[in-house]
Amino acid sequence: MSRLATIGRRLGQLIVVLVLVTALNALLFSMLPGDLAEVNIPFGSDAQREALREDLGLNEPVYVQYGRWLGNFVKGDFGSYYRQGNVTPVLERVKSTAPVSIQLMIYAQLLALGLAIPLGIFTARRAGTRADKATNTVAFALLAVPNFVLGLVLAYVVGVQLRWLPPQGYVHLGDNVVDHFRSMAIPSFSLAIGLIATYMRLLRTDLVATLQQDFILMAKSKGISERRVLWRHALRPSSITLITSAGLNVGALIGGALIIEIIFNLDGMGRLIFEAIGERQIVAIQSLVAIVAVGYVIVNFLVDILYAVVDPRIRRG
Amino acid sequence: MADQHLDREPTDDLDAPVADIEVGLAEPGTVAAAAVTPVPVQVELSRSKRIGVFGWCAIGWLTLVALMALVPGIFPGPGLLERSREAIVAGNFGPQSGHWLGIDNSGYDLMTKTIHGTRASMIVAVSGVGFALIVGGFLGLVAGYFRGKLDTVLTGMFNVMLAFPTLVLALTLVTIFASQPGTSYGRRVMVVSAAIGIVSIPILGRITRANTLVWSEREFVLAAKLLGTKTPRILWRDVLPNVLPAMLQITLLGIGIAIVAEGGLSLLGVGVPASIDSPSWGNLIATLRSQLFLGRPWGVFAPSLAIFLTVLSLNYLGDVIRARFDVRESVL
Repeated sequence: MSRLATIGRRLGQLIVVLVLVTALNALLFSMLPGDLAEVNIPFGSDAQREALREDLGLNEPVYVQYGRWLGNFVKGDFGSYYRQGNVTPVLERVKSTAPVSIQLMIYAQLLALGLAIPLGIFTARRAGTRADKATNTVAFALLAVPNFVLGLVLAYVVGVQLRWLPPQGYVHLGDNVVDHFRSMAIPSFSLAIGLIATYMRLLRTDLVATLQQDFILMAKSKGISERRVLWRHALRPSSITLITSAGLNVGALIGGALIIEIIFNLDGMGRLIFEAIGERQIVAIQSLVAIVAVGYVIVNFLVDILYAVVDPRIRRG
Repeated sequence: MADQHLDREPTDDLDAPVADIEVGLAEPGTVAAAAVTPVPVQVELSRSKRIGVFGWCAIGWLTLVALMALVPGIFPGPGLLERSREAIVAGNFGPQSGHWLGIDNSGYDLMTKTIHGTRASMIVAVSGVGFALIVGGFLGLVAGYFRGKLDTVLTGMFNVMLAFPTLVLALTLVTIFASQPGTSYGRRVMVVSAAIGIVSIPILGRITRANTLVWSEREFVLAAKLLGTKTPRILWRDVLPNVLPAMLQITLLGIGIAIVAEGGLSLLGVGVPASIDSPSWGNLIATLRSQLFLGRPWGVFAPSLAIFLTVLSLNYLGDVIRARFDVRESVL
C-alpha cells in the first residue's frame, strides 16, 4: 500500500474520531439538568433567553442541535459568553489564551525530553551501579508528586522565599523575551517533572536492552568512542517507546497545564475553563472542552505519523 | 515480539528475564494450579520479589490512611472546629506545640483538617476506581473473551472516551451534573466519584481486555470449553484469576491518580466542595494555596504531604505486584 493511501485512511479515521468525540461532548451537555437558557443567563431578560434558545436550536432534537453546533464550530464560531447586558464571542478569548497553554505544554515537553534523555543515557550506561539506583529511586518518588504540589512548593521556595523568579503571572513573549521565560520557568518545570521521571525510566530500560545487542558490540569493537556509540548508535532504536509515551502523555499534559495555569495565574485555556465554570457559561464550556479534546486527538494523530518516520518497521506494517 | 517490546514498562530489576511470560506454558502444573485457585495472591514470596521494608512502610501508611478515613476522631490534636486565637494573635502559623503541622489563616489546626479530609478524598478515589474496576473489568473481560463485533464496539467506545484528556472529561461531567447552585454535598461527592470512575473505565477496560485476549487462548481454557463448562464459569474460574493481578496493579495506580485528580478538580472549582467541616485533601490545597503567596505555606504542606505519601505507597505496591506476577502494561 502506498504511503499516501495509508495517510488517507488515517485521515478518514481521524475525522470519524473527531465527529464521535464532539458528538459525545454534545450529548453530555444536552443532559444538563434544567433549562440551558435559564442556567446560562440567570439574570437576563426573557427576550435574551428566547434569543439563545433560537440560536442553539434548543427546541429541536439533539442531533439537529449538534449538527448546527458542529457547523458553527468548524467555521470558528465557538458560541458566546452571555453576561449581563453584553454578549462576547468565545473565539476572541480563545485566540488570546490558547497560545499561552500551547507554549506551556511545549516548554514542559521540551524540558522533559531535554533532561530525561541525558539522564536515561547516564543511568543506562551505569546500569546496576549505585548512581543508577539512586537516580531511579528519586525518579520513582517524583512520579508520586502531583504537578500542582510541586508547582506550589517551587513557587514558595524559589518565588516567595528566594525571590529568584516571579511566583505568579505571565509575560508575553513579544513584550520581553527574558521576562517571558522567567515567568514560564517554574510552571514549565512543575509540569515537566512527572514526565522527566517517566521518560527517563522508559529510555533507560530500552537502552539497557539495546546495549546488549550485537551491533553495539560491533560498534564498540571498531573502536568507536563510548559516547558516540550511546548517542549515535543506541539512542535511535531505543527511542520508540519514548516517542509513544511522549504522545500518550499529551493528555496528562493538557490536564496538568489547565491546573498549573490556575496556580500561577497564567492567562491560558485552563483559566478560561475555570472562569467559565465559575460563571456557569455552559455554551462556552462546551466549546472550550471540544477545542481541548479536538486538539488532543489531532496531536495523537501527528504522533502516530511521527513514529512511522522514526521507525521504518512501523512504516512497512 | 516487537510489539511486546514496544509496550513494555520500565522494570526495576535488570535481571528479569524477558521470557518470564512463557513460564506458565512450560510448566502445565503451574497453570492448572493457577486455574484452580481463584485468586493466587498468597503465593510464597521469592527473594527478589518480596515486599521489603519499603513495602511494609507503604502498607503501614495506607493502614493509617484507612484509619484516618474511617475513624478520624481517634487521632490526638484539637477538634475540627476548634480555633486557636492565641496563635493568630502571635502571628505564628507554622508548626508549634499543639499544632504539629501549623494552623491555617483562621486558626484551625492543619493536621486535624488533613486527617478529617482523608475520608472525602478516599471516598472519591476508592469508590470511583472501584466502580471502574467492576464496570471496566467486566466489559474488558467480555470484549477480550468473545471478540468479534462486541469487541470492536467496546474497544471503539473505550477509544472515543480516551480521546478526551481524562481531567477534561471528568471536569465536564461534574460541571454538567453537579455544579448547579444548591447542589447538595452528597450529590456533588457522588458525581465527582462517578466522574472519576467513568474516566477510568476505558483504562481498566483496555488492560483487562488485552490480558484476557492472551489468557483465553491458553490450553486450560480450551480444555474447559471442551469439557462443556459454561462460559460464565470459565470466565470466573479460569480467565479472571489470571487477569486479576494486572487489574489490581492498574487499580492501585488508578487510586493514586484519582487522589491527585480530586486535587486537580478542586483547583478547577469542581472538586469536593470546600467548607469548614468538610475538608478534602484537594479542597484544602485549593482554598489555602493563596496563603502560600503570603508566606504561609503550611496550609498546602500538610495535605500535599498526605497525597504524596499515599500515592507513593500505592505506586510502590503496584510495582511489587507487577514484579511478582510479571504483569505487562499491554499485552497486545
